[in-house]
Formats: sequence, C-alpha cells, structure tokens
Amino acid sequence: MHQLYNAVFEPGFFGSPQVHVAVAVGGIVAIVSAVVGVFTVMRGQSFAGHSLGDVSAAGGSGALLIGLNPLAGFVGLGIAGAAVMDMIGVQRLRGRDLATGIVLGAAIGLSALFLYLTATTGATAGATQQVLFGSIFTTTPGTVPVVAIFGAISLGGIALIYRPLLLSTVSPDIAAARGVPVRLVGVLYMIALAVSVGLSSLAIGAILSTALLIGPAATALQLTRRVAWALTTACVIGVLAVWVGVLLAYDSYYWGSSHLSLPVSFFIVALIFVTYLVSVAVSGRKARAGARRPASVTRAADHDKVAA
Amino acid sequence: MFTGFMMNAWITATIVAVVAGVVGYFVVLRGSAFPAHAIPKGAFAGAAAASLLGISTLIGLGVFSILGAVGIGSLSRRGRQDVVTALALVMMLALGAAFLSRTTEYEPQVYSLLFGEILGVSSSQILPVAGLAVACIAAVAVIYRPLMLSSVAPEIAEARGIRSRRIEICFLLIVALATTVTVPVVGALLIFSLMIGPPAAARSLTSRPVLALLLAVVIALGTVWAAIALSYQYNWPVGFFVGVLGALSYAVGRGMAAWQRARPAVTPALAARPR
Repeated sequence: MHQLYNAVFEPGFFGSPQVHVAVAVGGIVAIVSAVVGVFTVMRGQSFAGHSLGDVSAAGGSGALLIGLNPLAGFVGLGIAGAAVMDMIGVQRLRGRDLATGIVLGAAIGLSALFLYLTATTGATAGATQQVLFGSIFTTTPGTVPVVAIFGAISLGGIALIYRPLLLSTVSPDIAAARGVPVRLVGVLYMIALAVSVGLSSLAIGAILSTALLIGPAATALQLTRRVAWALTTACVIGVLAVWVGVLLAYDSYYWGSSHLSLPVSFFIVALIFVTYLVSVAVSGRKARAGARRPASVTRAADHDKVAA
Repeated sequence: MFTGFMMNAWITATIVAVVAGVVGYFVVLRGSAFPAHAIPKGAFAGAAAASLLGISTLIGLGVFSILGAVGIGSLSRRGRQDVVTALALVMMLALGAAFLSRTTEYEPQVYSLLFGEILGVSSSQILPVAGLAVACIAAVAVIYRPLMLSSVAPEIAEARGIRSRRIEICFLLIVALATTVTVPVVGALLIFSLMIGPPAAARSLTSRPVLALLLAVVIALGTVWAAIALSYQYNWPVGFFVGVLGALSYAVGRGMAAWQRARPAVTPALAARPR
C-alpha cells in the first residue's frame, strides 16, 4: 500500500511550494475558465476565446517592455481587443469569424514587435516560449490572490447577467422580444471572457488557457444539455485535469533516467483532449440509442431541458 | 535593397503573397479563419519535432499540418467546427511543448518559426517553396468551381451532388499545403494575418468573385512588399509590418466600401426630390 502510494505521489509532492501554487492557481483558473467556457461553447465563440489569449499575451509582452505590470497589459489589451471585435461585428454570425481574425492578425503583428524589442534589449531570456507556453510551475505565490480577485470579478460578472445571458445565448430573438438588451449582454460577456482569458494566459500560458476554456465545457455539453449540470461537470473536469496533470508532470521527472520532466501543459491538454474524444463517443452512442425513440418524444424532452 | 540576400527575400515574399491571397480569399469566403490560424500554429510543433529528430523542417511542418487538417475536417460536425479546431490546436501545441522540453537551446528558432525569417531565406530554399506554391495554386484551380459553389451557397452545392464535407477536407488540405510553403518564410502566426487582412479588404471592395480573388492577391503583394521595404528602412521585424498593414488594409477597405455605399444613396434621393 505504502509503495503504491509512493509510486503515485513521488517523494516531496505535497511538500513542494511550486506544487502548492500550481494546485491553487490551476484550480481557480480551471473553475473560472469552465464557467465562462460553457457560454463560450454554447455561443460558438471558441475562436474569440482563443484569440483573446493571444491578444492579451501581446499586451503582456508590451507591458513588460515598457516596465509596466504585465497583468495590466494582459487584461487591458484583452478588453480592448474584445471591444474592437464587438465593434467590427462579433455578434453577427457571418462577421464574427472575420472580426476575430482581423483583431488577432493585428495583435500577432504587435507581439512580433514587442518580443523582438524585448529580445534585442535582453530584458528577459526565453520570453517567446514563456508567453506562448507559460508554465504553471513558475507561477509565484504572490499571484495567487491576484488570480483569485480577477477570477472572482469574471465569475461575478457572469453571475450578474446569468439569466439574460443564458436566454440571449439560447435564443437571441426571444430574448430581444422579452426586452433583454442582447447587445449589451453580449458586450458584458465579452469583457468577462477577456478578463478570464487574460488572467489564465498570464498565470498558466496561452495553450492551457484555450484548453481549459473550451475542453471541459465542450465535454460537459456533450454529456448533458442542462446548463446547471454542464457548468458543474465542466468545473469538475477542468479541476481534475489540472490536478492530475500537475501530479503526472511532477512524477515524470522520475520516469526514465534522463530526469527531464515533461511540461505540465502537455499532460493537462492530453487529459482534456482524451476526455473530449471519449465524451463524443459516448454521446454519439446515446444519440443512436435515442434515435429509436419516436422523434416527437425526444424533441419535447429536449425542449424541456433547454427551458429548465 | 535589391542585392544579394534581399533578392531572395523579394522573390519568396512574392510567392508567399500570391499563395496567401488565393487561399486566403476562400478562407474569408468560407469563414474558416479559425482553422487557417490553427493549422499553421499547430504545424509549428511539427517543425520543433523535426529539428529534434534532425530531419528537414519542411517534412515536420507538412506532416503536422496534414494531421491537423484531417483531424479538424473529420472530427467536426456541421456548425460545430470551432470547438474541434480549438482542441486540435492545443493538442498539437502541447505536443510541441513536449518536444521542445527535450532540447534546451531553441529560443531563436522558436521566434523565427512563429514570426518568420523572410530576410534570412537562402537561395536553395526558393525552389521547394516555389514548387509547393505551384502545387497549392493548381489544387485550388482543380476544385475551383465546386469550392466556390459550396462556399457561397452550400445548399445549392449539396443539391447538385457536391459533397460539402469532402470539399471541406480538400480545402483544409490546401490550407495545410499553403502552411508548409509559408511557415518557414513568414512564420506560423503571420501567414494568418496575410490570409485574412488582404482578402477581407478585397471582399469589402467588390462582390465579384474573380475580381475579388485578383484584388486579394494584389493587396497581399502590396502588404508584403511594403512590409519588407519598411523593415529594411527602420530595422523593425517584417512580421510587425505584415500584421499591422494587413489589419490596416481591411480598415481602409471597409472605409472605402462605406464611402461608396454612401455616395450613390445621395444621388437618387436628390433626383427623386419633387421640383
């Protein structure tokens, strides 16, 4: 029993301060991303969610260059990017893709410049890799409260507009007919998304930011169509993926003889990706089983679920 | 500005701009901006793997971009492409991170793969790039009619027996091919800027397909040439100018389109006014 325990949790796992920070930051970010992500997936704005990570990373490297707090750059340019996307037309289905693309294209140009200038002035080594991949293990303990505060802001924003947001996501026309300010709700949602994504790409890197935003939410929405259930399931999947990923990355140092640990982002993303594939297979089988029921019953049941 | 290594830069930039203009036009038309961003960015992981194994970067890029294209095309369902694209992208990048963790000194190469090294193109690189570019344009030409129809009117295309799913995968493979051509030269991130900004500008100026396609190529060429000239002049990275000029060309295109719409609206109103 003891040996098994030691094999699962390699020596020093619970004593390591890096692990403590990684578990705390990763857990908070996973929950915030999962909640925001459920709406992102339902609204079909995954591209915007991913792009805002790159946009805010450009802000982060810009802030680094002029000596500002990177957090200000990350969140500031993220919100600015979200505003421009909304201006060009992120709320219309046809214009959405293009609006996101244009903003992303411009942000990529900016980060090319910022990273080039950072590299030539020699401010930080490995800035490119840091911004792109990040690492949950290099997060300092001081960022935990900051992550918690901004996470709370983002979650609070979503909670405040929960019902109108849900209605305008499921059916914009009905929402508009009931007097919900669909456009305003959309803008507020984009700001919450920008804060959440900016924060997560600062804390854990752009790859994990997108993975945690889309993966758990998409998996949960495959398994259930009740929104409350989807939110809970997404949070559980996200937190578990992060924690198991942290454990595996820590343990991987002891695998083989090279003592080169594999990056934590690799494990977390792989876990999320495999979970999604499994959920697609499961829901595909459920859908085939459901197809044998009379269509009208299924449709009525679905309608109840959406209304619930 | 037109000697030695700069000549190589001009030639490859011209090839890349033509490919980006043609493929980018369909990217914008089909609303496939996310796959067009994800395939090059994910293929970058293939380049990292190739350099780890000591084989040609071009092979790594090709294999990973094709894997990405097939993965996105076959996993996606109607209207739900964005989730699959996002997950395929992060999975490829995570593999890239795993490969990179096996080597230690990689930083300058990461930067050049992401943001390109157009001023460092050697003469021996031009020929394979040109060959792949020709293959890419030829592939677009071969499926031009069904591709255009399924982009503009998917229902009509289905009714005429065009399998939109097959066309989609073919198109994603063309994007993968374009990626392999362009990533070593302009970088994984900037090829996206080049495939979106100029074609979007062209589309806002005209709705005629062939004219828009030509215009997209012309604007892409203008963007790249101006970017190289500015970069040569001010010593800032080419990538910065490509990204910003691409977005700027779209803004100008939208502005001109709005101005053109506003002008004829005034004249009929004046003519219709009772005297």
